Formats: sequence, structure tokens, C-alpha cells
Amino acid sequence: MFPLVPNLISEELNLIVALLIGIAFGFVLEQAGFSSSKKLAGVFYGYDFTVLRVFFTAGVTAMCGVIILGYLGWLDTDFIYINPTYLEAAILGGVIMGFGFIIGGYCPGTSIAGMAIGKIDAMFFVGGGLIGVFLYAELYPWFEGITNASFLGNIRIFNSIGISQGLFGFLLIAVAVGAFIMTTMIEKKINPDGPVKMFNTMHHRLAGIGVLVLGAALLFLPDYKERLFQEVSAPEYLRTNSVNEMTADELVFRIIDRDPKISIIDIRTPEEFSKTLLPGSVNIEIKQIFQKEFSEVLGNRHKKKIFVANDETEARTGALIAQRLGYENISILCGGLPKLIRSAIELKPEGERCIFNSSADGNKQEIALRVDALQVKDTERFRAKASVILAAMMKEAKNSGTKSTKLVKKVAGGC
Amino acid sequence: MKTTYMNPYLAGFLLGLVLLATIVITGRGLGASGALKSAVVATVSGIAPQHAHESKFYSENLKSLHDNPLKAWLVFEVLGVIIGGFFSGIVSDRLTFTTERGPRITNSMRLGFALIGGLLFGMGAQFARGCTSGAALSGMAVLSTGGIITMMAIFGTGYAVAYFFRRLWI
Repeated sequence: MFPLVPNLISEELNLIVALLIGIAFGFVLEQAGFSSSKKLAGVFYGYDFTVLRVFFTAGVTAMCGVIILGYLGWLDTDFIYINPTYLEAAILGGVIMGFGFIIGGYCPGTSIAGMAIGKIDAMFFVGGGLIGVFLYAELYPWFEGITNASFLGNIRIFNSIGISQGLFGFLLIAVAVGAFIMTTMIEKKINPDGPVKMFNTMHHRLAGIGVLVLGAALLFLPDYKERLFQEVSAPEYLRTNSVNEMTADELVFRIIDRDPKISIIDIRTPEEFSKTLLPGSVNIEIKQIFQKEFSEVLGNRHKKKIFVANDETEARTGALIAQRLGYENISILCGGLPKLIRSAIELKPEGERCIFNSSADGNKQEIALRVDALQVKDTERFRAKASVILAAMMKEAKNSGTKSTKLVKKVAGGC
Repeated sequence: MKTTYMNPYLAGFLLGLVLLATIVITGRGLGASGALKSAVVATVSGIAPQHAHESKFYSENLKSLHDNPLKAWLVFEVLGVIIGGFFSGIVSDRLTFTTERGPRITNSMRLGFALIGGLLFGMGAQFARGCTSGAALSGMAVLSTGGIITMMAIFGTGYAVAYFFRRLWI
């Protein structure tokens, strides 16, 4: 699954990739006419809307690619760099850059493309850019506060306004196509000899319709994770796909025994986890199972991973997702955690027998019952003793705080 | 000089593919102003290492660039932009030393304004953590809230003040 950096491409190779990507970037910028400040400034005066056309088309193309590859599960969108949102700084910086654009006629990327073909004004712009960074750096003590104010996280726009990713994508495409139509009409009026003269109206109309249809298709593309989650939690899927199970007694025994061969994966919410947790358990919410940072814990083949949740269905869903993602040696706790606590701590067992998936287990079940009958006394003694030890261990685990998982390095990015 | 440029929608589509390839391969977006920052950090820490060490801005950036500001992803990418732009200039026969300006200003005025515009862009990009490429375009591709806010602020401001700077261009 993509991206390839940082796990598959080394830092050195990544620099070569950067050079090659830069060459393609620079070539396209120059071919588009972004090396010309007059052409760039035209977007603000209506005589040349090239900037808007190229910029919007590029943004929409890349966005569609990200959404579609995410849907297919080829691109891990949790792992790509999402520009962080610092509200005041995003607005202030944008306003300053807006002035810079209209006064200077370039932006940094385009000025470098202009410089490459000998535009002297572009060279001055780049020089000014260096001075601007230097001034900012020297005045940083004054600017630091506002630069770092109102950090809202690496949030995404569709979450900020509370609509689905697909709907936002579609709306953005619709706005882009609308803007293309409107600006073409404006440009025809202001500058009839401008770039619009070259356009093949028929082709553009067809392309516009095609893009809108593609955009409408985005509406029906949930994220890969959403899709897998829905698929796995369907009753039919839960019924036909089996997961290994572990009884509460066995789990309690292994915990008390401090068995190094198990790791308990608690898939409840962090709030629930912080209230009651089993000793040595790791909290990985059901939606976090996808995240690469937990692959070390979940991918450890030498340990049996026991999924613990409020009930068996929840644990089973989580375990099936993990299995779909290729993780092995996974079991679930029979009956769920609340039941384990009732039977093991409060000593109120309630006929805890696992739901066996196949009838072939019928025989086994019978044997198990007979063995149980013989051992019922031992079991009771074990439970009585275990409840005290487990209660103490759980108290200790709760006091020592939630176990933090080691983070795998994330992709760096930004300007 | 009469030159023809690529159809803007085709150019935009290709640019979008370049950006998508960048995200898919490297997990990050395109950028430009970050290379300027690297250059400044490298220069200052080369000339005045003591000052760079004491300043929070330089020391933080040196740390994030592993003490080697020129060996940064964006520096290599921008070197590529120069090569790619130059190559495109050869292909389309656009290699000349010229200054573009509006009809009502002189060349030296244009160069002065280009310098001021660059200065503002260099500063603004530090606040917004990226410029038109790194914050606005790449931010839009991954639907980052901050990136899209910055994009709207850049273009919104441009339109809002265009009237007052019309003498520079028309």
C-alpha cells in the first residue's frame, strides 16, 4: 500500500525522486505559461484566467486521485501529509501572500520556473523571497505567537464542515466547472484575443460534462476503511467467518501467569479503556486497527493477540478486520469484557460458553462439558483465588496509566 | 515574442498527475517556499553559526532538517523545477532574458515591485506554512482545512486589492 516513503524508499532515494518530480513540475509550470508574470496577474484583472484553470484542474485531479486510490485501499490516507491547520496563521499568511501575488506577479514556484527561462523580474522575486524569509526569521520572536495560535490539528475540510469526503469532492468539482464557464465568458468580453480564442468549445463542453459525471461518482465512494468496516460488520459476514475464541477463565489464567506469548488488544474507546483495563492490554480502537503505527503490535506473529471488547460481536468485528488486513494469530475473548469482570472479579459466572461456529465442534463441546464437570471444584477454587489477584493487577494497571504505543515515523511535508 | 502555451486544462491535468504521483510515492505534496527557507537557514548558519544557534527559528529548522538544510526534499525538488522549466523553455523556444511589466510602469519599477512581492510572499509563506504550491495546491489535493483557508485568503486578497494595484498591470 502507498505511500512508499518512509518505509520502502530510503531518504537518499527520496531526494532523487524529489529531483525527478521537480523536473516534471517545472516543465508543466513553464508549459502552462506560469513563467510569465503578466499571464499570472491576468487572473486578477480578467484578461487571462490561465492560473485559475490550471490551478483548479490540478487540484481537482489530484484530489480525485487521492479519494479514488483511498477507496481502493491502495493509498493509506492516514499516512500522507495533511497540512496542519493553524487558523490565524493560515489567514494572515494567505493575506500577506495575496498582496505579494498582486504586487510581485509571481508566487514562489512560478518565479522559479520564470527564472529558469531568464525572466529577470522572476529573479528579483526569488531574491525578495529570500529576504522575506530572512526578515521573518529575524523577527520570529514577535511572530511566533500568532504563527502557532489556534492549532486545530491536521484536520480535513469535509470534517470541518461536517459532510462526507465524496460530497465535498463533488461540490468542489461543480464549483470548478462553474468557475471555468464563468471566467471564460468574462475573458471573452475583456480580452477576446486572449487564451480563450484557442479553445475548442465542443471539446471543453464534453470534458466539463465528463468531469461532472466523474464527480457525481465520488459521492458513492466511501473510504476504503469505511467500506471494509461495513463489509465486515454485516451479520452475514460475521456468521460465515470464524475467529478463534478464548474463554474468560483461560485469559484470566494467562494474565495472572504473566504469559509472555499473549498480547491483549482492547478495542473499546479510550474513555472506556481508561476506566477499566486488563493488565498489559493495549488500547487500539476498532477504527485504528488500520493504522500503520499499530502494525508492530498486531503483526507480531509470536504472540497470540486477544481482542477484547464490550461484547463478542464487537470483538469479532475487530478481529475480522485485522484478519482481512493480513494479521494472524488472533483470538477473541468469549462473552466480552464486562462479562469477564462479572465472572472473574465479582464471581458471578453466567453460563459462559462460547458460541461455537460449526457443528463439528459438537463432540468437543460435550467432552469439554464432562471435563468441566470433573473440574468444577478446581475451577471454583481457581476463580476465587484469581479474582483477588486479578483485581489487584487491574488496579495497578489502571494506576500506572494507559499503555502508550510506540509511534512509527510519519511522513514529513510542507513548505 | 508570440508563443503558444499548453491548453490550461491539459496543463492542469498533468500538474494534477504530478502532484498525485508525489503524494502516492512520497506521502507529501509539492512545494517551493520551503527551498527558500532552506537556503536562508543554510546561509545564516554558515555565516553566523552562533546567531543561528541562539535563534529559535534557525535552531528549530536546523533540527528538523537534520543540520543539513540543503539536503532537503524541497531543495532537490526546486532544483528539478529549474531544470524542468529550462528544458521547457528550450522545447518551446522561450529562453530570453526579459522583464515583463504592465504598460504603465518602467522596467526598474517592475523589478522593485517584484522584489517587494517576493518579500511578502517569503514572509507570508512562513506564517501559512507553505505557499501557493505547498499550502494551497497540495492542501487542496488532500483536502486540508488549513490549506484551503490559505488558498482562499491568497486569491481573495488578490481580488480584493487588485483594483488598487491596477497601474502595475493594465
